[in-house]
Amino acid sequence: MSSSAHGTTPYYFVPGPSRHPAMAALGLFFVILGAGQWVNGAEWGKYSLLFGMAWWLFVLYQWFGDAISESVSGQYSRRIDISFRWSMSWFIFSEVMFFGAFFTALWWARAHSVPALGSLDNAILWPGFKAVWPSLAAGVTASPAGTVEAFTTMGPWPLPTINTALLLTSGVTLTIAHHALLVNNRSRTIGFMWATVLLGIVFLFVQGYEYHHAYSELNLKLTSGVYGSTFFMLTGFHGFHVLVGMLMLLFITLRLQKGHFSADNHFGFEGAAWYWHFVDVVWLGLYILVYWL
Amino acid sequence: MKSVFNGLASWMWAAALWFGTGVFSLAHAVSDLPGGPGVNQLNLTQGVTKISADQAWLHWFMLIVCTVVFLAVFAVMFYSIWKHRKSQGHKAANFHESVAVEIAWTLAPFIIVVAMGLMATKTVVAMKDTTNADLTIKATGMQWKWGYDYLKGEGEGIGFVSTLDTAQREMSNNGGPKKGEVVEDYLLKVDNPLVVPVDKKIRIITTANDVIHAFMVPAFGIKQDAIPGFVRDTWFRAEKVGDYHGQCAELCGKEHAYMPIHVKVLSAADYSAWVAAEQKKMAAKMDDPAKVWALDDILARGEKVYAANCVACHQANGKGGGPIKPLDGAAVVLDADKSKQILVLLNGQNNAAMPSWKALSDTDIAAVISYTKNHWSNKTGQLVQPADVLALRK
Amino acid sequence: MSAVLGQHDHAHGHDDGHHDDHHAPTGWRRWVFATNHKDIGTLYMMFSLTMLMIGGVLALLIRAELFQPGLQLVNPELFNSLTTMHGLIMVFGAIMPGFVGFANWMIPLQIGAADMAFARMNNFSFWLMIPAGAMLAGSFFMPGGAPAAGWTLYAPLTLQMGPSMDAGIFAMHILGASSIMGSINIIVTILNMRAPGMTLMKMPMFAWTWLITAYLLIAVMPVLAGAITMTLTDRHFGTSFFNPAGGGDPVMYQHIFWFFGHPEVYIMILPAFGIISQIVPAFARKRLFGYASMVYATSSIAILSFIVWAHHMFTTGMPVTGQLFFMYATMLIAVPTAVKIFNWIATMWRGSMTFETPMLFAVGFIFVFTMGGFTGLICAMAPIDIQLQDTYYVVAHFHYVLVAGSLYAMFAGYYYWCPKWTGVMYNETRGKIHFWWSLIAFNITFFPMHFLGLAGMPRRYADYPMQFADFNAVASVGALGFGLAQVFFIFFIVIPTMRGKGEKAPQKPWEGAEGLEWEVPSPAPFHTFETPPKLDATATRVIG
Ligand code: HEA
Ligand code: HEA
Ligand code: CUA
Ligand SMILES: [Cu+2]
Repeated sequence: MSSSAHGTTPYYFVPGPSRHPAMAALGLFFVILGAGQWVNGAEWGKYSLLFGMAWWLFVLYQWFGDAISESVSGQYSRRIDISFRWSMSWFIFSEVMFFGAFFTALWWARAHSVPALGSLDNAILWPGFKAVWPSLAAGVTASPAGTVEAFTTMGPWPLPTINTALLLTSGVTLTIAHHALLVNNRSRTIGFMWATVLLGIVFLFVQGYEYHHAYSELNLKLTSGVYGSTFFMLTGFHGFHVLVGMLMLLFITLRLQKGHFSADNHFGFEGAAWYWHFVDVVWLGLYILVYWL
Repeated sequence: MKSVFNGLASWMWAAALWFGTGVFSLAHAVSDLPGGPGVNQLNLTQGVTKISADQAWLHWFMLIVCTVVFLAVFAVMFYSIWKHRKSQGHKAANFHESVAVEIAWTLAPFIIVVAMGLMATKTVVAMKDTTNADLTIKATGMQWKWGYDYLKGEGEGIGFVSTLDTAQREMSNNGGPKKGEVVEDYLLKVDNPLVVPVDKKIRIITTANDVIHAFMVPAFGIKQDAIPGFVRDTWFRAEKVGDYHGQCAELCGKEHAYMPIHVKVLSAADYSAWVAAEQKKMAAKMDDPAKVWALDDILARGEKVYAANCVACHQANGKGGGPIKPLDGAAVVLDADKSKQILVLLNGQNNAAMPSWKALSDTDIAAVISYTKNHWSNKTGQLVQPADVLALRK
Repeated sequence: MSAVLGQHDHAHGHDDGHHDDHHAPTGWRRWVFATNHKDIGTLYMMFSLTMLMIGGVLALLIRAELFQPGLQLVNPELFNSLTTMHGLIMVFGAIMPGFVGFANWMIPLQIGAADMAFARMNNFSFWLMIPAGAMLAGSFFMPGGAPAAGWTLYAPLTLQMGPSMDAGIFAMHILGASSIMGSINIIVTILNMRAPGMTLMKMPMFAWTWLITAYLLIAVMPVLAGAITMTLTDRHFGTSFFNPAGGGDPVMYQHIFWFFGHPEVYIMILPAFGIISQIVPAFARKRLFGYASMVYATSSIAILSFIVWAHHMFTTGMPVTGQLFFMYATMLIAVPTAVKIFNWIATMWRGSMTFETPMLFAVGFIFVFTMGGFTGLICAMAPIDIQLQDTYYVVAHFHYVLVAGSLYAMFAGYYYWCPKWTGVMYNETRGKIHFWWSLIAFNITFFPMHFLGLAGMPRRYADYPMQFADFNAVASVGALGFGLAQVFFIFFIVIPTMRGKGEKAPQKPWEGAEGLEWEVPSPAPFHTFETPPKLDATATRVIG
């Protein structure tokens, strides 16, 4: 195949036939089959989902393994590097739009649906309802039907602020690691990468604790009306991204320890870093829009 | 391959012929329905409101402008197709750019569409002006019927539910009107039409109980979605007495095609008479929720309520079907704790797949529950009184 | 033997002569493990054709039920499922993958690239559609039947659906992921892999339109994913995004959906514009008129498409300023579209035209699509749309732009490029029969729907008043005819060409065609442009 370049870097490396894509798709088949059944109460769905996930991750592991060995063996030309840069940028753009849908939901609920539900016109449907976002006082919630139990909202203090600090710090440590890599100071790079990964993990723990606090003390749940819905959807979706970003950084760190990447060739590193910064920026949006306002 | 081709072709011709003759023998002798659709009607319904007249005018305007532009554009294209063909010996020219022309044909459509927009603006503003209504009626979309409540103006307090004629619904299930059978108002006939006075500004407030429906009456030029939990409004002022027909215009589940709207426009005097009669009927119908019923009486009442409201989903045999749960032998129905079933009727279940029936009177709910508890194989002997229902209403 | 299904012959293009180890992989592995843009393109097209058949059969069932008043074949619940799945399968299964197939085959050839930027991910995008498509098609057999809430999946009706709704939601997630990866691939290929000398403004129009389409896809597919994710959590996890009892709003779903949905319809038409922009100059034997303004017009359509979504929601009851804004904004889209139509006609003007099947479909496209565009404009006028919303007028409108638009462009593209794909010419007489038959049957099917809509027949109706009977009968007959025309297409044109039956195609079968795809042999060898070709000044010919 065209991968059989004789020791030299091809103009644009095109991989030969690969079983990974079809296998990965098969894994995802079990994922969606299982997920669709599980949410409807079928126990076996859970196993199909887990099996599919495991399968998929295993395939991805092999797939990335192939890609890494291609990269390490010098198949990737400058031009491929540019392709990676473009693709990562567009991928992040798609994520921005994904978050956009949920931010829009928050904005719409606050600026439109809750006020409209409490408006004069709507008084014929919900006579007793006063539009307050999201809860005026104990016992009053943004639920016209009164179907939502009273809850307390999650303020910015202290957990989210701690988390903000964690993420911002992780951005700094990551940048230090990057600079160290640029001057080929590998041990410093690896050290700061571990710090970054650790900060990510702590962030996730703090968020887990925050959710626990919300459920057990604030009575703030997914079912807490549209406030609870948007709160958990936004923070949860973000938390999931932190998890993914943290895993990316973790693998990059492990690869660094194996001696991968060099001062002038380390897009894998940069891609993960871009992603991490993106997750960071989304957090700042959340911190302001969800917690402060 | 050739023979397969020929075989298939002749088969196709046969099929086409068969269908063609089918069409002609099918042509029903139905005639226009006044205030409803006409037979093979080609344009917007000739309406009886100012708005619908404006819409008809705008549509003609658009049709003419678009046709003229269309003809002009394609005259050029077909001229070119005719003249500039290779078979005509035409040699290709070599131009492929002209900024002047480009600007011209960007500006021209721009001006045309802005002009179109300007024509419509006044009507948009008029359509949305629901202030100063003489009569305000709330139309509630429910799976699958309309509830009407007269909120303000003459007739205030009247309220009723309007459903498709059950015989027509049956007819639909049985393959529609038989050959030669003519049903002018097929799928448009309701038990209780909405009644309004002529020449009065009627404001319709729409809302819904379960999913989104849409209140549409073409002759008035209105269509307004009915959104659960929210109110929206629209208005009309009918200029002619008569019967006007519309249908639900937002997909709302399986019976979407079967929730028509019938508006009767009456003269002022007739309307007042109707209001008076209606109010008398309401007074008579007002059941005393404190009344204690005997089993046989309440079962007779319950059978009617079941036939009017429940049978569409749960079926006459009480077995339901598909996502619809059976009542025959159902645990909730057989349960000695009557309040369970009462709550289901009051609040609905499964995301309103089973809707809330709290719009029914206490007596009706009590009756239909008693009926289901004692019908089919259900022989509980339990009797639910209106007071039981009243007690559980929030 | 043809390049599409058979073994490869070893005739290599002059551009890859120095490699001698280029055997195409064989057997099922060639397809399942494919990393070759041409093979993946073929897979996409086969998928699209299959979905067209399934979606088409569903459409015929709809039309059969509507042939006469009364329920004869299906119950109303199943009818709603048929409508829903017809819409979903056609949009996400037939049209979008079909155009991706064209992109895969043609873009690397047109810009002088060896392959797509990420060959393995390209295959992943394709294979993701198989589980998703299987889930969608399989939902008919799930308890409670297939989703029946319309292809728009409006809340709160979706909350009443059975388990198949969740299968559908997850399937759409997967399809979305596939589209996003596919689009990233296309964008990166175009931005990064053009042969030296192929500047953006020399690029073929088809590549341009896909560049913009891919951008639209990346921007809006995640928004759809967001909307259906909220539907999922509302269904199962007690959230109240669309539930007013908890402070949510069903109309919010519609805003988010149509913010995706409107750009989506342009996603389905821009590549069509690209194909037409290739074909018209080829058969007019004259360069495309106003290339630059075509590029600007396409971009303007894409930009405007983000600010018009609520024209689908005129009857939800928005403030008067909202109606006016969305009415004007929508109408503005006619301007760039007009520019495109005028440019095509100016390209034909004083050309030297011949009318082989690709050109027939292209001209048919321009003519019939414009009718659909004009009815779109009529829908865009808010006061009229109050009458037309959710009636068959809308159904007529969008089939004019989707069937006579997107689908016709794919037919045109098939006839235009199949010599390059298969190495043989299709049968011209049969192509002409297919065109005229489709054109006539199409109009018999969908023209009467305008009248039905104007008279007030709502869409998604399993049964209707008797006054609507005749036009419905005519439409049903037409639909059968149109469907048979496509059976004819599949059996007498597609399959023979794929099996390599027919006159051998020359490297450049069309006298006036321009572009790098005509610089490689027919059928295109398995590998092309492995080292970037040297181009002439117009970037349409290889000079070394
Ligand atoms: C390929 C897909 C496609 C395309 C290209 C379009 C193009 C357009 N559409 Fe369409 N549309 C759909 C697919 C598409 N649509 C679908 C699927 C739906 C229904 C969804 C659902 O509810 O299920 C829909 C619904 C829809 C509605 C909502 C109707 C309703 O539900 O009530 C509206 C309203 O404004 C609309 C408008 C338009 C307009 C103005 C254009 C314009 O882009 C058209 C522009 C083109 C022209 C105008 C013709 C060419 C121009 C000239 C020859 C120049 C001269 C012209 C003038 C100067 C006037 N469309
Ligand atoms: C995207 C493209 C697309 C295409 C190509 C089509 C093609 C067709 N569509 Fe439609 N349609 C939609 C998109 C499309 N549609 C959408 C989005 C909706 C809205 C859904 C909703 O309301 O939610 C809709 C809705 C819709 C309705 C309204 C349903 C309702 O409101 O209840 C109708 C009714 O007539 C209809 C008919 C047709 C017909 C007759 C065709 C024909 O053109 C189809 C012709 C093709 C074939 C018939 C296939 C041919 C092949 C075979 C038959 C192979 C046979 C196989 C072997 C022999 C091996 N479509
Ligand atoms: Cu109610 Cu459709
Ligand atoms: Cu649109």
